[in-house]
Amino acid sequence: MIEYNTLIVLIGTSLLGLSAGVVGVFAVLRRRALIGDALGHATLPGLWIAFWLTGQRSLPILLTGALVSGVLGIWVIALLRKTTRLKEDVAIALVLSVFFGAGIVIQKMLQARHSSGASGLNDFLLGHAATINRDDVQLLVSLTLACLAVVAILFKELKMVAFDAAFAQVQGWPAGRLDFLLMLLIAAVILAGIPAVGVLLSASLLVIPPAAARFWTQRLAPMLALSGGMGMVAAFVGTFLSARFENLAAGPTIVVVAGAGFLVSFLFGPHGASDWMRPAPRLEEPAP
Amino acid sequence: MNFETAYAFWTIVVSLVPGLACALLGCFLLLKRMSLLTDAISHGMIPGIALSVIYTGSLSPVGIMVGAIVFGWLTAWLTQFLASSGKVTEDSSLGIVFTVLFAFGLILIKMFLAHSHIDPGCVFYGALETAWRPGIRYPAPLLDTLRDVPHSLPGMAVGLGLTLAFLVLLWKELKLATFDPALAEAMGFRPRLIHYLLVGLVALNTVTAFEAVGAVMVLAMFTVPAACARLFSDRLPTMLVCAAGIAVVASLLAYPLADRLNTNVAGMIAVVLGAEFALALLVAPRYGLLAQGWRRLQLTLRIAREEILATLYRRAETGLPTAPVLLKDHGLAPLLVDWASRQLVRHGYVTPSDHGLELTEAGRLEAASVVRAHRLWETYLEKNFGLPLNHLHEPASEMEHFLGPKAQQDLTDDLQAPPRDPHGKEIPGK
Repeated sequence: MIEYNTLIVLIGTSLLGLSAGVVGVFAVLRRRALIGDALGHATLPGLWIAFWLTGQRSLPILLTGALVSGVLGIWVIALLRKTTRLKEDVAIALVLSVFFGAGIVIQKMLQARHSSGASGLNDFLLGHAATINRDDVQLLVSLTLACLAVVAILFKELKMVAFDAAFAQVQGWPAGRLDFLLMLLIAAVILAGIPAVGVLLSASLLVIPPAAARFWTQRLAPMLALSGGMGMVAAFVGTFLSARFENLAAGPTIVVVAGAGFLVSFLFGPHGASDWMRPAPRLEEPAP
Repeated sequence: MNFETAYAFWTIVVSLVPGLACALLGCFLLLKRMSLLTDAISHGMIPGIALSVIYTGSLSPVGIMVGAIVFGWLTAWLTQFLASSGKVTEDSSLGIVFTVLFAFGLILIKMFLAHSHIDPGCVFYGALETAWRPGIRYPAPLLDTLRDVPHSLPGMAVGLGLTLAFLVLLWKELKLATFDPALAEAMGFRPRLIHYLLVGLVALNTVTAFEAVGAVMVLAMFTVPAACARLFSDRLPTMLVCAAGIAVVASLLAYPLADRLNTNVAGMIAVVLGAEFALALLVAPRYGLLAQGWRRLQLTLRIAREEILATLYRRAETGLPTAPVLLKDHGLAPLLVDWASRQLVRHGYVTPSDHGLELTEAGRLEAASVVRAHRLWETYLEKNFGLPLNHLHEPASEMEHFLGPKAQQDLTDDLQAPPRDPHGKEIPGK
């Protein structure tokens, strides 16, 4: 028997999985997978500073703080890439680990200071579906629906930027602004994922379903549908299991379910392992 | 030693030893563009640790080490395997493999090891606080003299020792394999073997550092010192020394700071490293933001000075009065123009007069050089590219600041010392 609150949370996380799958397709095509991970980790200090300043554990306030520090992290990555000789992977690694460290430092200070009010702060690291209430679900659902709406309205433009940003630019489309919009969509999905999946794993929902869908189809529209569907199922099953068994944190469970989907897709999808194991077609003549 | 001093001492040592090894290896990872490998390994090895504890039923360090290294290696291999399939980009493949393994490991810990001594928290923020307990007893009498040494330190020391041995013994091979693997291969140095040794050492030190600072901050210990060092130096030996210094400072500062603020030491190490990086980014002698800004300012000032001189020269040529507001159409900020004019006055190139500025003799020579460069370039463009007359001025206005005496001489020779530019204006001689 599913409780009323669990049902609400299930609906919320399923929608989250759907929109993460859809937005993730564009994120993966634009190679934003690791930046998303950095953004997820970089939200932690902002989350705790917001809690510190307001003293409230209300989700909108915490997520606002998270958004600010996440965007700051992305900005630092862009700054380092533009002004220094460091490559993007170093910038990502640096921001991810230093921001996360700052988050842990603030979290521990808060826990030492008010030991009672700050209990369960670890929930935000790995997500905890059971502590999400109805208002939170409303917030998450509106965030994810907004993302889906933006993707639906700007489908053509996003598609063009995802496949050939230079061409889009030449054709007179505002490629830079569309790229920024995509980054905002990624940020929104990651933020919406924090309560259920946690800051450590929130970004992986953007990566695993699209990569799995890629093994089944080569076309964008079916890929979006498949990826969204897989994200939804993974989120639903993961949340359900986590609500059922006390010891299962929601975030890792959702990710492992999605990972199982990825493995199945890799093994049995028409463009997965079978396609790849086939010997390469022999050339008639060797290239000069 | 009393309790507090001993506690501080050992906590610092336990963060310092793996920190040094990570900083040294991190330099090579950075140069080989493999910085994110440690992130993957440190997350991916967690199921290995969990499985080893479940299987052996104890926290034996050897079992943990074996489990961690097997899974760390598995993560690195799987990532490469998936990326080589061509259907998954390299960054996605990295993101998928290590997050799924990480999640799997967390579930294992929560489900099977909830009541054992593994604290799931140590995955996130390390176990520096509990590294040392007074009077740990070792079974062997010989080791009993070392009874104050924390449990985790021997492993860490082995990691650091192997790293140092690797650097010293294979120094030139490693250097060659890092900067030019193709040449190393051609010369028979087996860069691939060196690569695997490096990855193996990274995995080993990731395990020991993980014990101290947790899965995420390991990445800071590998990446941040190397990134700082890269800003400071172009030479590998200097870079290694810099990185080691940065790591030592972080370990020394982090414990007192964390103790003062009553917070986590591992997180504080990442924060101190981040602060050191911010400082390096600002003040690094060549690649720092201040140095870059200073160079840009100097260039802008030089261009402004040369624009002023050239304008004065041209005005003197045509007999126009030198109005005080010059260079409005040169796109330079008024403040910069003021500054540049004051520099010119101070160096004796111009003197203020009733109607603006006037060139001195020294100034006239300098100005002639700029105008000569400008007009030579116009002539060169006209002769070799056949550009129309109204397309010559703009490129020459940019080029005039970058043609030194040597280039001017070459142009003069090439054009056979033209007396006039395409607009019919005289090209000043030396």
